[in-house]
Amino acid sequence: MIRMKEKLQVFIENAGWPRIIIGLFLVSLFIAAPFVGVRLDASLSDTLVRVGMNGILVLAMVPMVQSGCGLNFGLPLGIIAGLLGAVTSIQIGVTGTLGFIAALVMAVPLAVVFGWMYGQLLNRVKGDEMMIATYVGFSSVALMCMAWLLLPFTSPTMIWGYGGSGLRTTISVEGFWLNALSKHLHIKIGEFFYLPIGMYIFFALMVFLVWGFFRTKTGTAVTAVGSNPEFARASGIDVDKMRTISVILSTVLGAIGILVYEQSFGFIQLYMGPFYMAFPAVAAILLGGASVNKASMVNVLVGTFLFQGILTMTPSVINSVMQTDMSEVIRIIVSNGMILYALTRKVMVKR
Amino acid sequence: MWDKNKNSDKIKNILANNAVPMIFIALSVLAIPVSGYSANYLIQEMLTRLARNSFLVLSLLIPILAGMGLNFGMVLGAMAGQVGLIFVTDWAVTGVHGMLLAALIGTPIAVVLGYICGEVLNRAKGREMVTSYILGFFINGVYQLIVLYTMGRIIPITNPRLVLSRGYGIRNAINLTGVRHVLDNLIPFKVSGIDIPVATFLVIGLFCLIIIWFKKTKIGQDMRALGQDMKVAEEAGIPVERTRIIAILISTILACFGQIIFLQNIGTMNTYNSHEQAGMFAIAAILIGGASVSRASITNVFVGVILFHLMFVVSPMAGKVLIGQAQLGEYFRVFVSYGIIALALVLHAWRRMRAKAEARRSLRGEE
Repeated sequence: MIRMKEKLQVFIENAGWPRIIIGLFLVSLFIAAPFVGVRLDASLSDTLVRVGMNGILVLAMVPMVQSGCGLNFGLPLGIIAGLLGAVTSIQIGVTGTLGFIAALVMAVPLAVVFGWMYGQLLNRVKGDEMMIATYVGFSSVALMCMAWLLLPFTSPTMIWGYGGSGLRTTISVEGFWLNALSKHLHIKIGEFFYLPIGMYIFFALMVFLVWGFFRTKTGTAVTAVGSNPEFARASGIDVDKMRTISVILSTVLGAIGILVYEQSFGFIQLYMGPFYMAFPAVAAILLGGASVNKASMVNVLVGTFLFQGILTMTPSVINSVMQTDMSEVIRIIVSNGMILYALTRKVMVKR
Repeated sequence: MWDKNKNSDKIKNILANNAVPMIFIALSVLAIPVSGYSANYLIQEMLTRLARNSFLVLSLLIPILAGMGLNFGMVLGAMAGQVGLIFVTDWAVTGVHGMLLAALIGTPIAVVLGYICGEVLNRAKGREMVTSYILGFFINGVYQLIVLYTMGRIIPITNPRLVLSRGYGIRNAINLTGVRHVLDNLIPFKVSGIDIPVATFLVIGLFCLIIIWFKKTKIGQDMRALGQDMKVAEEAGIPVERTRIIAILISTILACFGQIIFLQNIGTMNTYNSHEQAGMFAIAAILIGGASVSRASITNVFVGVILFHLMFVVSPMAGKVLIGQAQLGEYFRVFVSYGIIALALVLHAWRRMRAKAEARRSLRGEE
């Protein structure tokens, strides 16, 4: 009996109270769902689809966290590379899975370039990465707002109907590469349960690649830089180079992540669209048990599921119970509360 | 030779410290003729905006003094001020009394929020800025929860014009007719067609004097010591955590007053957006004025407000004239506000790293 209690205590300490509270909250939402007339299979399917959509964006946090660059609030930079790939692919007019691949081919090199520059910047501001990353993300989004207006795209599905120039705020990918990944091998059970296996395979592949990367020599060096930069330097690792690699990797994953998101969501959101996209991803990985300087694949999977679960379940369940839509407010409080918890949990100052 | 080097170093230092305001002066000099605005119009605009924004920007000074960086948590104070204004509008208390009452309601809320903010920041030393930034978002969620779901239901709001048609929750935009311009027009004064909000400037001036005095008090000196080096200050017997909480507390309360002054000038309140903009604009302004994360003066505040808002007024028009799209100037403005914060943060971090490297070199005995 006492052993049980001790075990429970250790578990609580490891998981942390916020995570347990949110986990219990999600479980209670799932339990309550059938009683208020919300279909369980539909909600579960929704949650799982959204896990696939957002998973890679959350995965994009891992490399930078591991290398000690902190949470990648500069994710919009990678997202912008992805968006540029997406609009270029539509401009060329390739459709289907091939169109998606064309977008990837365009986006990844761009993301490498952006990531390299971003990495050079972050190497010069060690210790202040997170705040600067936030504002690098914001200002690049604002800079791109001007670019979306001015870039010479001509595809009539993308530019404003009047005036004849400037990209629209939302562009539909229908007829191009909607569900380019999701449509492969999708499973449909009954009327409401739907699983886009193709998207999961792609997500799993990405997770596997990142997991594999951290088991290579370079990957181990990146982790070493993150856990103890002085020690890493002493053992002959080029700290700045490893950090740059991790930033490039994060940015590339951000670009791929947004493309996967869009092929399932069906729309490309330009202008201020990517502005706040880093925050849900940051919150998700923290929810999954990552800290500011340590993250694993399990953190990504658990965190994305918990976070997306809450996002899907709260509107439907809370709406039926209270007849109001509180989901937005709950989302703000949960995600920022989680980030706040992670930032204040351990007083670790590297100066 | 040595002297010459020192002189050029000095010039370099001055240039480096004032690079940002000088870039903005150059930008404005180029953009003003393009926009085609008259001098009278611009002077009027600048005076109005100086009165409207200075107090909010001043609230950032004390945490910088205490070495806590830019207080992104000032939005907490802004929210407290807005809650005060909601009640005052509901109770239909008008005029200067209304403003004072709003401040009176806002102050205890700001004290509680400021205390929370200080406690949280004490647990995140070295990461104050990100943490206060996220805390702003978090409390914004709580603010929405209270204002959108409990006001009119649990917290009584009687004026139906404030409440959403569904019966509870505050409307998105509130008309502050009762307190509109009450401080600005308290002492009417006009010079060649330009309105000067004398009373507002008096309040701001008085507050500047208080800051100058405050810096000389015991606690002000403690904060300065903290800003220089937290460890040394602690060893010298300064209660670090308590002093830091006081710094944030003062900043939050001042932001609360600042937001009330800001909104009495605007005249309408955007219930769910006004406070968010307050933080960003204030921080961008003080940085454009030449302040850094660790060093800011009253001059920085006023120079910054003028330069930032000059660009704010001029850039959409300049964008329209130059490229034919006002939207582009608008985006440029957003880009500059965020870009300048990014740039200032980068420069500060860079300088700190260089100083550290230099210290390491001199420790090794190299020149």
